[in-house]
Amino acid sequence: MAKVLRTLVYIGAIVSTAVLAGIVGYILINGVPYLTPQLFEWTYTSENVSLMPALINTLLMAVFALVLALPVGIGAAIYLVEYARSSSRFVRAVRMTTETLQGIPSIIYGLFGLLFFTTMLGWGLSLISGACTLAIMVLPVIMRTAEEALLAVPESYKQGGFALGAGPVRTIFRCVLPSALPGILGGGLLALGRCVGEVAALLFTAGTVAQIPDFAGQGFLALFDSCRTLAVHMYVLSNEGLHMNETYATAVVLLALVVILNAAANFAAKKLKRGI
Amino acid sequence: MEAVEEKMVTPTFIRGAEAHRGEEVQTKMEVRNLDLHYGNFHALKDVTLVFPENEVTALIGPSGCGKSTLLKTLNRMNDLVDGCKVTGAIELDGKDAYKDIDVNDLRRRVGMVFQQPNPFPMSIYDNIAFGPRTHGIKKKDELDVIVEQSLRDAAIWDEVKDRLKKSALGLSGGQQQRLCIARALAVRPEVLLLDESTSALDPISTAKIEELVGQLASKYTVIMVTHNMLQAIRVSTKTAFFLLGEMVEAGDTDTLFTHPQDSRTADYVSGRFG
Repeated sequence: MAKVLRTLVYIGAIVSTAVLAGIVGYILINGVPYLTPQLFEWTYTSENVSLMPALINTLLMAVFALVLALPVGIGAAIYLVEYARSSSRFVRAVRMTTETLQGIPSIIYGLFGLLFFTTMLGWGLSLISGACTLAIMVLPVIMRTAEEALLAVPESYKQGGFALGAGPVRTIFRCVLPSALPGILGGGLLALGRCVGEVAALLFTAGTVAQIPDFAGQGFLALFDSCRTLAVHMYVLSNEGLHMNETYATAVVLLALVVILNAAANFAAKKLKRGI
Repeated sequence: MEAVEEKMVTPTFIRGAEAHRGEEVQTKMEVRNLDLHYGNFHALKDVTLVFPENEVTALIGPSGCGKSTLLKTLNRMNDLVDGCKVTGAIELDGKDAYKDIDVNDLRRRVGMVFQQPNPFPMSIYDNIAFGPRTHGIKKKDELDVIVEQSLRDAAIWDEVKDRLKKSALGLSGGQQQRLCIARALAVRPEVLLLDESTSALDPISTAKIEELVGQLASKYTVIMVTHNMLQAIRVSTKTAFFLLGEMVEAGDTDTLFTHPQDSRTADYVSGRFG
């Protein structure tokens, strides 16, 4: 019996590794040969489907979304853990809503973004509509992980801070938050991954214009330019079916981007932990 | 023997100390008619007690008797507990700790060392400098002096002076606890509360901390909760015995242990229960 079970879990491990390796290998084999310098030119034309604008847009979109979502999510988590009474109805309601929000498919967020940001507020298909929609989408993830990270900080740090006459603000920011930072960063990374990989919500809210918003020329008005991210770019290219090789090459870049972001976040988390 | 006779009829600390030393002892902290409830639980019942300046007072009693609760009330750490209600008076130098003194200032003046060592996850230096920085001291050279002096006062300077920038979490349990004492001393407190601060430590570390507490008493008013009666005898000059939320008896430590006036005290100190 033990042997059977062992074989089964072994097979499970093999299969899950093989699937991942298979996907990555498939993309690399199909994409790497078409990673040409032209693909990284600054402008996109229908002859040369450069992915550079989409790459920049991806970073812009993710950064804007996180800039909006991180303070709110971390703030909410701090409120729930440090200020609110854990038994209160409000806290339970907040927990329940965030859990529910986490399970909602991203296309619903997209639909909401379309109705609210693009239509009702009149922001159109734009960077800002997309970023706001993504921010709402990743908010529950950030909040939950930040909450878990804060709860994992020993109560004794907090008591130590208070016992030295530090008020709640200093105690939270200097004694509690630093220990929770690696965990919070992990949540931020998860959120980043979702932003980078999101298509459905952005098709509705950010559109598919393959240009970098013209911040130099238009200033902050460029926030209202439509822009496509890498994932949307891939979707559009494969939908058109005219540039399949370039689509695979784009997938390689997207994959590399995610790996790099992951590695950077892990590195930062380790640094933070060592600093502690 | 005469001294002992005399002490037996002097129930309060002040008179006991006078009889003992022939000099007047100032009251540092005072608790009057203190009642404390955690929700429906009546944790402290009408406690009245005086803590003389520059002496070590031990609070003893079986688990759940309220001695730690009283300690946490003296610097208002109980404020952090949901459903905790305090009535009665707590005074520091004659000022009401709940009305006349800002809570953060109270906690600076009445420092606390916990049962488990709880250094912050930062360097040894930053741990000690945390308190002074909180209270507005930013200059590096000023902080350097405070850090060294606090670590010396806590008898740990020689062990850590070469690794001040290293994490405090790398220290042994006993060292961590002395670091926590140093951290508490760094804000120049007047009173030091020790909440069973040796119970998580090995005998050698315990002995070091006991010796340290004896030395600290010349500068600070020390109030310690302990489960260890021998420790109370070794370290304290005053002892108060608690049972089920009541303060049963208080007096000079040697009197309380040799000639307890209340039969419950006698039973406890002779080891019949607890």
